Amino acid sequence: MRTATSLNRVDPQAADAAQGPSLALAPKPEATPSGVSPAAQQAETPIRRVAAWLRSALPKLLMTMLSLGLFVAFWYFATKYKLDFYIRFTNIPSPGEVLDNASRLMHSEIFFNNMYVSLRRILLGFGIATVLGVVLGLLIGRYRGVKALLFPLFETLRPIPSIAWVPMAIMLWPTNETSIVFITFLGSFFPILLNTIHGVNSVDPVLLRAARCLGTSEYGLLRQVVLPASLPHIFTGLAIGMGVAWVSLIAAEMISGQFGIGYFTWEAYALIEYADIAIGMIVIGVLGLLCSGAIRMLGNMLMPWMASSNHGGPK
Amino acid sequence: MMTQASDKPNATGHILVDHLRVRFGSKAAAVEAVSDVSMEVKPGEFVSIIGPSGCGKSTLLNVVAGFVKPSEGTVTMDGKATDKPSADRGMVFQQYSLFPWLSVRKNVEFGLKQKGMDANHREQAARTLLGLAGLLAFENHYPDQLSGGMKQRVGIVRALATSPQVLLMDEPFGALDAQTRVVMQQILTNMWQRFRISVLFITHDIDESIFLSDRVYVMTARPGRIKAEIPILLPRPRTPDMASSPEYLRIKQQLRDLITEESLKAMGGELKDSGLAGFDVEVGPKGVAELI
Repeated sequence: MRTATSLNRVDPQAADAAQGPSLALAPKPEATPSGVSPAAQQAETPIRRVAAWLRSALPKLLMTMLSLGLFVAFWYFATKYKLDFYIRFTNIPSPGEVLDNASRLMHSEIFFNNMYVSLRRILLGFGIATVLGVVLGLLIGRYRGVKALLFPLFETLRPIPSIAWVPMAIMLWPTNETSIVFITFLGSFFPILLNTIHGVNSVDPVLLRAARCLGTSEYGLLRQVVLPASLPHIFTGLAIGMGVAWVSLIAAEMISGQFGIGYFTWEAYALIEYADIAIGMIVIGVLGLLCSGAIRMLGNMLMPWMASSNHGGPK
Repeated sequence: MMTQASDKPNATGHILVDHLRVRFGSKAAAVEAVSDVSMEVKPGEFVSIIGPSGCGKSTLLNVVAGFVKPSEGTVTMDGKATDKPSADRGMVFQQYSLFPWLSVRKNVEFGLKQKGMDANHREQAARTLLGLAGLLAFENHYPDQLSGGMKQRVGIVRALATSPQVLLMDEPFGALDAQTRVVMQQILTNMWQRFRISVLFITHDIDESIFLSDRVYVMTARPGRIKAEIPILLPRPRTPDMASSPEYLRIKQQLRDLITEESLKAMGGELKDSGLAGFDVEVGPKGVAELI
């Protein structure tokens, strides 16, 4: 341990150049950086790294394939022998038929247009819900007056499932398109709003005090402290909201739609194109998965500090 | 801004607490946290307040910071009431208070950004300060990647970045282990001598208060009052081996006697509190100090 006398001899220029004398100020016991790269220490060569990855991932991969394989096999045999034991496989398309229809639809412009229309509705409804949910959530969470004014209204409307709004929405909005976007918006709005409010409420008060001591204005506090501190909760809300948005969209499309992947799926039933039903379902699942993945990616991009904290520091 | 800080004549950063009283709660159930405290921190002086836990020393600091309003009396810095937080009173908290979403350097830049300083100057100033604290190598780390001692060092650097007239420190090393704590005290002394600003330091560690301060105020158990004012006349720079000097030991003995007395009263108070209702806030304003 250095004495105070030797510390005093550090001059700013030298310390600015950093590593020389300023190390006297960086005491050994706590100077080890953490979370730099724990993985780098384990794997020496790329080949070994791949091998190690395979060894750890292979069993899981095999089990995944086995589980999916069993499902498809059951599907195949159930439709081949037209099983009928309370559940009826008599009209269910076989995996082969689905595959055939899928390759046909790959060349269908209408099919891709349906996907495009659904994605656009999601983007609009979910986007508006994100903006409104986050902004209102920040205000409700931070200002008692805003909360007193708006929260009772939202709490009254929230228990009504977005699907229940379909007839009302059709009357309310000028076009079918806007009413479907509205239903999608409603579905995702409340999870986003509530999680944002929760995020604002769980901001560590010491961060707000620290910011105020650094001369932060009220707007600066909201924008530079409350918002980033709430981001993890906001993204939880976005993930849930995206799920509910798809549920709402598909239901709305099935009931009142023209175009859209939900409409496609329902239309396939009406037109006795049973294989297309399965294709519609699979596409809905894949699109939902992609949208959730996009949310997660955006979250990782906007919250790089979360990644570093998960790998653990010292302390 | 570094040069500004060191060239500045030592006339600013004068904190004057005059007959301060702070009560919490409504009239009937009000609890007095600070009771008729008068004290000062002269420009460039390092002053510690030491006292048993719950004695209102943090409340006193929060009034100086501008978070708590005086119920009676005044608190001023350079003649102006400290009625709201401001960047000219930098604060370091006991809890880690770095913004987890900002890198170490961005944390240090935060106050400068609020002042409207442009990005280049901010970065330069932050890097200079981080260099002084031996943290330049960690400028791009996130706070969660740092040890507790490093986090507090960044906290100090962040508070100093806006060139405050005074640094308010609320048991900043309380959560650190003994080894790190000693090192941090040396770093703080070093920074303080370089910047020549006033420091008001809250602690319950006797050695810490002696090692760091020009003067130590001892507070009584709740409601907090100034019990004694002890000047620390040890020469500077102070070194760890001074801890065995007769003068040091004399001061330490004196402080320990004063604090032990108050701690006993405070514990008596807690016993009485739990006997009453289990709620601290419901105890009368007088406290148990008088009853014993």
